[in-house]
Amino acid sequence: MSILVNKNTKVICQGITGEQGTFHSRQMVAYKTKMVGGVTPGKGGTTVDAIPVFNTVDEAVRKTGADASVIYVPAAFAADAVMEAVDAGVRLVICITEGIPVLDMVKVKRFMDGRKSRLVGPNCPGVITPDECKIGIMPGHIHKKGSIGVVSRSGTLTYEAVDQLTRLGLGQSTCVGIGGDPVNGTNFIDVLGMFQNDPETEAVVMIGEIGGTAEEDAAEFIKKNVTKPVVGYIAGVAAPKGKRMGHAGAIISGGKGTADEKMKAMEAAGVSVTRSTAEIGKTIMEALGRK
Amino acid sequence: MNIHEYQAKQILAKYGVPTPKGKIAFTPDEAEEAARDFLNSEGSVCVVKAQIHAGGRGKAGGVKLAKTKQQAAEFARELLGKILVTHQTGPEGKEVKKVLVEEGCQIQKEFYMSLVVDRGTQRVCLMASLEGGVEIEEVAAKSPEKILKESIDPATGLIPFQGRKIAFALGLDKAVINKAVAFMTKLYDAFIASDCAMLEINPLVLTKSGDLIALDAKLSFDDNALFRHKDIEGMRDLDEEDPKEVEASRYSLNYVSLDGSIACMVNGAGLAMATMDIIKLYGGSPANFLDVGGGATKEQVTAAFKILVSDQRVKTIFVNIFGGIMRCDIIAEGIIAAAKEVGVKMPLVVRLQGTNVDLGRKLLADSGLDIITADRMDEAAEKAVNAAKKA
Repeated sequence: MSILVNKNTKVICQGITGEQGTFHSRQMVAYKTKMVGGVTPGKGGTTVDAIPVFNTVDEAVRKTGADASVIYVPAAFAADAVMEAVDAGVRLVICITEGIPVLDMVKVKRFMDGRKSRLVGPNCPGVITPDECKIGIMPGHIHKKGSIGVVSRSGTLTYEAVDQLTRLGLGQSTCVGIGGDPVNGTNFIDVLGMFQNDPETEAVVMIGEIGGTAEEDAAEFIKKNVTKPVVGYIAGVAAPKGKRMGHAGAIISGGKGTADEKMKAMEAAGVSVTRSTAEIGKTIMEALGRK
Repeated sequence: MNIHEYQAKQILAKYGVPTPKGKIAFTPDEAEEAARDFLNSEGSVCVVKAQIHAGGRGKAGGVKLAKTKQQAAEFARELLGKILVTHQTGPEGKEVKKVLVEEGCQIQKEFYMSLVVDRGTQRVCLMASLEGGVEIEEVAAKSPEKILKESIDPATGLIPFQGRKIAFALGLDKAVINKAVAFMTKLYDAFIASDCAMLEINPLVLTKSGDLIALDAKLSFDDNALFRHKDIEGMRDLDEEDPKEVEASRYSLNYVSLDGSIACMVNGAGLAMATMDIIKLYGGSPANFLDVGGGATKEQVTAAFKILVSDQRVKTIFVNIFGGIMRCDIIAEGIIAAAKEVGVKMPLVVRLQGTNVDLGRKLLADSGLDIITADRMDEAAEKAVNAAKKA
């Protein structure tokens, strides 16, 4: 078991003929992800390597039976791409694209109301179940199959944590990058709930950052619903108020969303919080009682 | 991106939001000229307002009431070139380079009104309060019940009943209700059409003659949406921004200037924040946040390096890269090229990890540069902090 994706997940890539789309589709194929198709309007009928390209997501889904889509479409057109995938009934839509206007995402969220699809991202590294399915831009080789669930708002910081886990011999069940944007598809609570229900996941690493109240909300959820050990880290203790730290969502505004507040809320919910990124691995070992 | 008050009012006026008549002035003469237009009736006044990208100007002495055009010129002379320090500028303050001269108005009542994207509901939220003219953060902290909120469905836009709910709750007279609803609808239109991140009217004023006017206006925009608003992008005032941040933005680098002594160069926003944090944890202080992004080129790395070494306060440079898709050997090449071109006079601590790490490290070792290397992030942070202390 794992969450969201596994060896049976059939994936299409929206924007497959673009530079990013082609490069990462090849990486995903190399990881043995079942890439069944691609979509670029106007390039239907062509192929990228052996992957067939379609004009619309609807056609790609009908002809390939894909249940997941990964999006590398440029920011100006990404919201359109997400809604096309949702409309085609794709179960899992993973949007890697960075820099989508926030009001576009507000529309996307409204469009998704009452529909079945789950969106992960945007502005995220994607989702990987080691040795089964890699959807996104994360380096596959640092991962190892195992029982730690990882959920994070940040990309490279996730790699850092995963690398530590793997070096300590702790494999991962699934790693989910939820992205650094203020309006996104999947939040910490969604993923924590899935990890709690996944028999293969023994413990969870949760990586948050300053801005918003997603971590505080997650802490509240953990207190009530999560019995598995959770280790937390929050990036941005040293960040000043009112300055946006790269991610559109990482800003302390009106004194809200500070790292200290978040860590306090998580500790109060029984999460083992570490203040050093370098100690995420060590902290999960302790939480698992394997010092 | 932020703009000045006078620019915000120009945008609002375009969408039919009532704003006071005003003129921008760069010299006392221009201020006098502008004031003449607003002082044409008995007892009329005009206001001279310093234009800087920061709130709290009134309390800091940046807003003055003039009764004559000579007085307006005098105030302009006083303000232009002055360093204004408000609670939002930081202790170094900001230089006033232009003033807005506006007609005065007879205030009956002041309110607060704003629009933001609410992360909780993932929709645009209209907020209003009876406590106009003061800091809304204070109201929010002390008496959140005094802030009225309406969440707006993007499919319908602001529905008139939502506007009426707010207008009645603000205690507005029934004669003014429809004006208020129209005011809110136009604000929402302006917000959506310009891809605002935040729109704040503080105060929103009810005049003695029963009109609603945006007496002050603060707009900030979603940087990700500027590509479709060239007109707004043209309003960017580089004088108001940190020159290092302006330079960084030319190379699409995410850079934020801070006041410490250890310069950081990192790939990824989360890891960049974590790097700042770990420097602090080891007793140092970061000079900046810098995310070179997931696919930085050699040119970007070189530009980043130049910005870091140009900072006089920097005593050590700390490069922390986790190569995912980005290969460590490419980063190493960038560092070597930059170091050779720019000449790094301070200690350079480099921690590389991830894809092609061995090749990257070998390139650094063979480069002849004096580089302190580290394997782990904590080890690297400790070395950087120690090097900065010795320097």
